[in-house]
Amino acid sequence: MLDPSASNGTPRIGFYICHCGTNIAGTVDVKAVAEYIGTLNGVVVSREYKYMCSDPGQELIQQDIKEQKLDRIVVASCSPLLHEHTFRTATEKAGLNPFFFQMVNIRENVSWVHTDPVAATEKAKDLARAAVRRVFLHKPLAPKKVPINPAVLVVGGGIAGIHAALTLANAGKHVYLVEREPTIGGHMAMFDKTFPTLDCAACILTPKMSAVKSHPNITLWTYSEVSALEGFVGNYKVQVKRKPRYIKEDLCVGCMECVTACIFKDARFPDEFNVGLSKRKPVYIPFPQATPQVVLFDPETCLQLKKGKCKQTCIEACDRECIDFTQTEEFKDIEVGTIILATGFKPFDPSKTPYYGYGTYPNVYTALEVERLVNASGPTGGEVVLRDGSHPKAVGIIHCVGSRDEKTNRWCSRVCCMYSLKLAHLLKEHTGAEVYNFYIDMRTPGKGYEEFYDKLLKEGVHFIRGRVAEVTDWAMDAKEEGKLIVRVEDTLIGTVRRVPLDMVVLSQGLEPRADAQDVRRLFNISCATEGFFLERHPKLAPVNTFTDGVFIAGACQGPRDIPDTVAQAGAAAAEALALIDAGHIELEPNTAFILEEDCSGCKSCVPLCPYKAISFLEDKKKAYINEALCKGCGTCVAACPSGSIVQNLFEDDQIFSEIDGLLSELAVSGGGRL
Amino acid sequence: MTNTPTNGKSGNWEPHIVAFFCNWCTYTAADLAGVSRMKHAPNVRIIRVMCSGRVDPQFVLEAFAKGADGVLIGGCHFGDCHYSEGNYKAARRIRMLKRMLHDMGIEEDRFRLEWISASEGDKVKLVVNDMVDKVKALGPLGLPGRFNEWDKEMEHLEAKAGVKEVAHAG
Repeated sequence: MLDPSASNGTPRIGFYICHCGTNIAGTVDVKAVAEYIGTLNGVVVSREYKYMCSDPGQELIQQDIKEQKLDRIVVASCSPLLHEHTFRTATEKAGLNPFFFQMVNIRENVSWVHTDPVAATEKAKDLARAAVRRVFLHKPLAPKKVPINPAVLVVGGGIAGIHAALTLANAGKHVYLVEREPTIGGHMAMFDKTFPTLDCAACILTPKMSAVKSHPNITLWTYSEVSALEGFVGNYKVQVKRKPRYIKEDLCVGCMECVTACIFKDARFPDEFNVGLSKRKPVYIPFPQATPQVVLFDPETCLQLKKGKCKQTCIEACDRECIDFTQTEEFKDIEVGTIILATGFKPFDPSKTPYYGYGTYPNVYTALEVERLVNASGPTGGEVVLRDGSHPKAVGIIHCVGSRDEKTNRWCSRVCCMYSLKLAHLLKEHTGAEVYNFYIDMRTPGKGYEEFYDKLLKEGVHFIRGRVAEVTDWAMDAKEEGKLIVRVEDTLIGTVRRVPLDMVVLSQGLEPRADAQDVRRLFNISCATEGFFLERHPKLAPVNTFTDGVFIAGACQGPRDIPDTVAQAGAAAAEALALIDAGHIELEPNTAFILEEDCSGCKSCVPLCPYKAISFLEDKKKAYINEALCKGCGTCVAACPSGSIVQNLFEDDQIFSEIDGLLSELAVSGGGRL
Repeated sequence: MTNTPTNGKSGNWEPHIVAFFCNWCTYTAADLAGVSRMKHAPNVRIIRVMCSGRVDPQFVLEAFAKGADGVLIGGCHFGDCHYSEGNYKAARRIRMLKRMLHDMGIEEDRFRLEWISASEGDKVKLVVNDMVDKVKALGPLGLPGRFNEWDKEMEHLEAKAGVKEVAHAG
């Protein structure tokens, strides 16, 4: 059973149990575990230490390896997903192969989830014993090295995707930026000003948009989606679907002659960019600074595309002959090494909170609509005119619509306090109206945010603390006639108030995008329960995912504001760069191989491999695993009837010894077999 | 039975459950349950494998044979497997294994397969507690002890047969 590579045939095991302060030692009797493990066969050293992951903790291992001639190391501490690498490195530094190490998870799996110290200590002993048994059978391995393709795919062309793409492109890497909409810019392009500095959003965003377009290292594909993905970190094969714009993109200069010439003399279809507050034609450019500056035809509304019957005045108008109604979907195949997902968020749909009257009362607006309404290039040229044509004299802003609410979404959207303050300022500035903010709590943690709140207080904006019960037009007296009335409990004075208003703004929360689940499946990552993409570690790996080489940035990971989004995008770009510039990727050597002499040639394994790593050697009548293609799932190993497939790091014997180790205390008296 | 497993000093019988959790979904979910301090029954010992597809039915049999009162397998939901389809392979293998266990007289509640994604820490807690309750209700499986008894029976029979054989040969 013992590994012949060990120094003199008998392994010399060092066992270390970590207190993790009181995280582990508070529940598990670490001393008892160390003493018990010290009595096991092969264990030469058994120690407890306050923080094994600290430098002195690691040095303890290294010193013992040298002085006590240890050749196997077991550390019982936290999850291997957290510190396995740390201890493997420590083991390697002392001259031992890093794979002679085994980790026992007694924090996440024991001390943090159990309250009974006796049962927790027993469990820790069982797990540690299993690891000691297992490590007996460990073999020296070398990490698998694969080259990395330096190209990067960035999905989503909002501020996160733009920033990540530019950072990578400036570092000399080739970036494919894929955006679903006809233009990049995302939600930020729709905003009027940004809090707390009141920078004009377009003024700071559009230079970055044009930088993307003109950057020699960026291939920008708008109106496109990733349709298929295969491969692993370092070498992904991506298929991008380019939807037809019915325009030759390389010829169009965005002169808009075709738009003017369109058979529809008046714009009559809801304009997506202005959230339906204005109209556009079937052929259009989303907004003046849209990037790329290329028109597109909407197949749902263009007569030629929908009915096949139109005078095609647009074609006559285009002297560059860019219009092509025969265009179809086009598929591009690219290869990249890393992927950054920056797919953003969806604003909460306030029709789910009918008590706030959105869709019922025309003068109830969403915050995004108001962003367009106060914008100088918006549907009204920046003049706040209500849907009924009047100018508001009293405006109410309801915070947390679709946030912090058991009935809709439980999470705080993190930005609605601040953008509500911003909109309050802008509405007051544009209309001179009385502005009321209805808030639950005021959350302004950011540089200059609290100061901005102070400024608003001084400007005379009213703040009423309480969750709004409803918005109604049911007037109780002459003063309320023709107004929208907000019913709210003012929790600071302890009374229910009715506030008559001309305009109500609903500060929508942020939600995961509707297709977030499809996207995460495509990219093989996870979502948290509320549907935002799940990061590898909430604090220490916030832009990494559990899939190596796939990073996340911006509001697809959770609600966040522009500064945080940009910071995250930069971080994701840096993580991708770190992989690329290392030149190769070290993978777990957990691949499988075939023991040819045992293989019966039954071919059971061949169709099981999703990576087509297993082939059948007709001449030898044996199966063969291409280790370069093997990803180490072990499915074939479990299926082999003759036990002739071995998975490195997860050998049958290693797992059997782990099982035996877990249960050996029971089996001692029972003499198990099978 | 003499070998009734006990839980340390408490003296009362506590079930021992061996779990095989896939690295990407269920093991991560168990970590999340830990980070979120979701307290649950201490009877489950987790063995990490890369994929639920790695779980050889022999691992399950071995665990029962060595004294486990229950075996739990956790993998990614369908469509979510890190290796695209290992969980499907696990599912069909385990369906077959369930039939075998049934024929062996091992109660259904002793063997469980659950799909638990990386974000479902609460599901780890629920599944573990539920399984522990069910296995507790069933009582110990005690296969090692039963094997002992059967071995004795066999020895007895063999001895008898041996006598006969000798007689026959004579």
